[in-house]
Amino acid sequence: MSLTLELRGIRKRREARWVLDGVTLSIGRGVVYALLGESGTGKSTLLRCTQGLETIDEGEVKVGGRALCSSGVLDESVRRRIGLVFQQHHLFAHRTALENVVEAPVHVGKMPPAEARSRAVELLERLGIAHRRDARPADLSGGESQRVAIARAMAMGPEVLLLDEPTSALDPARRKDVARLLRGLAAEGTALLVATHDLPFAKEVADRAGLLGQGRLLGEGRVEELVPGG
Amino acid sequence: MRRAPCDNGSAVRKAAIALVVALLVLGLPSLAAAGLGDVRARGVLRWGGDLQGGEPYVSQRPDGSLVGFEVDLARAIAAKLGVREQFVQNDWSTLLASLERGTFDVILNGFEITDERVGRVAFTRPYYVFAERLTARKGETRFGADLSQLRGRRVGTLGASLAYDTLSAAGADVVLYEGQEEPYADLAAGRTDAVLLDDIIAQRYATRHAELATLGDVREGVYAMAARLGDRDLVTAIDGALGELIASGELRAILARSGIDDPREAKLESYGHPAGDMLRGLRRDGHGAAIAESAAPRATSLGPGHLWLFLQGAGVTLLVSVLAMAIAVPLGLLLALLRTHGPRWLGAIATGYVEVYRGTPVLLQLYVLYYGLAPVVRVGALTAAIVGLGMNYAAYEAETHRAGILAVPPGQMEAARALGMSVPLALRRIVVPQALRFAMPNVTSDFIALLKDSSLVSVITVVELTKRMTITAVDVRSWLVPGLLCGALYFAMSFPLARLARRLEAR
Repeated sequence: MSLTLELRGIRKRREARWVLDGVTLSIGRGVVYALLGESGTGKSTLLRCTQGLETIDEGEVKVGGRALCSSGVLDESVRRRIGLVFQQHHLFAHRTALENVVEAPVHVGKMPPAEARSRAVELLERLGIAHRRDARPADLSGGESQRVAIARAMAMGPEVLLLDEPTSALDPARRKDVARLLRGLAAEGTALLVATHDLPFAKEVADRAGLLGQGRLLGEGRVEELVPGG
Repeated sequence: MRRAPCDNGSAVRKAAIALVVALLVLGLPSLAAAGLGDVRARGVLRWGGDLQGGEPYVSQRPDGSLVGFEVDLARAIAAKLGVREQFVQNDWSTLLASLERGTFDVILNGFEITDERVGRVAFTRPYYVFAERLTARKGETRFGADLSQLRGRRVGTLGASLAYDTLSAAGADVVLYEGQEEPYADLAAGRTDAVLLDDIIAQRYATRHAELATLGDVREGVYAMAARLGDRDLVTAIDGALGELIASGELRAILARSGIDDPREAKLESYGHPAGDMLRGLRRDGHGAAIAESAAPRATSLGPGHLWLFLQGAGVTLLVSVLAMAIAVPLGLLLALLRTHGPRWLGAIATGYVEVYRGTPVLLQLYVLYYGLAPVVRVGALTAAIVGLGMNYAAYEAETHRAGILAVPPGQMEAARALGMSVPLALRRIVVPQALRFAMPNVTSDFIALLKDSSLVSVITVVELTKRMTITAVDVRSWLVPGLLCGALYFAMSFPLARLARRLEAR
């Protein structure tokens, strides 16, 4: 199994505290990896560091064997292979759902607008949200907004997709839908790193899991093994 | 000395004094009607003038003391009347209105006797004979010192002056200034064709510019003191004093001290009253007499022509405001972006720009841009007005835009960066469009403020709506109707914008 995402010895200091203190993990193609842990254990920070939104003090992030950061400079071409879905989604408030998805392929990927548009519509259809394509983010429900955010990240064709607490904006009944949706993405070959403290959801979606505590990976394995009785 | 706890005598005395004071105060308005009695009762002759007129009229030394031949004259006349004199600073163009309001007793500041003024104030006999002198750049051959050749030429002078009336009647394209140095500076800079001003002004100010030369004198005029029409007794008293000063040679000595005595002043002895007769005499004597006689009489009542002029003024106001805003909004946005997202040193420069432009008066900035930088950059008045206001408002727009940028949630920028956008691209596509939406209501309000602030550009000779109003007010001798018309036009321009701002805010 080829390793798509590799994190090696990630350390991140915030003021005097190590919020990440040597995290090492790797995820292969088509694998859903759940990052478990209480709030404030550094799950979000790890995702942000993995995507290059925050700098790390020590360690290395690699995608398909290529380093995200070489001699202190962020390699945008590597970064583009990692998609990130924020907990609050952060959809572009002045654009419609469809425009949110089209934006990066056209202006970053230099894709012809017509092509980007038809691919975006396709993505929205697959995620079951195409009927809301002309809605503004303010008019979307939490679940709808999340699907648009996933479509927006997937439109750049990333090999790795990072999701921060994907079930926090949903009512429990929708968990299954999201889990199915993410499994579908994994089935097409994407590596998924999902930060969550929602154990039922983690059990449903993850192939493997890692338990984060005080900036360290306390253990890896199946969700049931890591959190007995959870 | 300790006071007795209850001193009835002193209380009565105090009440009596208070009563007398109250009577004096209440009695003042009635005394004001009798000019001479008022001056004598007060022991002070208050005379109005404008220090900006500068030497040799009246100007202020660094130590605060006043100098000038009019100061000497005021002292000499006050001495003859047995009172002290007191100078009252007043904008030259509104001297007449202030005299009528009672701000001072007489105007004494290069105030020419003209047909229009004769019916409105009581003139004393003249104290100075001057010539209207035409100055041009050296080697000027297109026209000479002849009013008939000035039609359509750009000629600078001071507002509400005899020279202005003369030029208007001659059909010249008159450019109005507030001070005496500026017309010559602008002529030297090539912004006008000529300057028509009193010879003593030309002597002092034109000769500082090596590239300027006198073309000649076009007519004569006289300065006299002016009192309110009801204060004839004051005029008579001053006439008496002036007569003595002229007869004794003291007046000529005063003029000589300021270096402005010349053979023309011999006429002062023969110029008496009434003013109207003397004006006719002047026309016969003056060089440009024929033209002055043939000039069309100036309109002195409001007519449709004025409305058209006001609409033109409103057009200039709108043009200056719109174009200044077209500079201010993008420049302000750039400054704001440099402060929020630029490198530290560029941000510091942007901050400096904002603080300097916000911390100094826009009037000063306009003066510096138009007159101060004239030797370096020669821009036209309209251009300078637009650029000056635009650069000033850019400082305010920078703050408006900065608030707008900071109002965009940071997640928007992060989401854009996470999709691989560079910071400039993310700003352009994601942050700025949203920031502009937040800033729009304030930008609209600023535009309304700019619309009104644009009246300041009249100091650099741009005739916009407010300047048109003041010119007309002097022409028709009324501030009320032109003022209301002017206000109505401003309101007609700003009210729709205010409505628009409210609509944008509601969105």
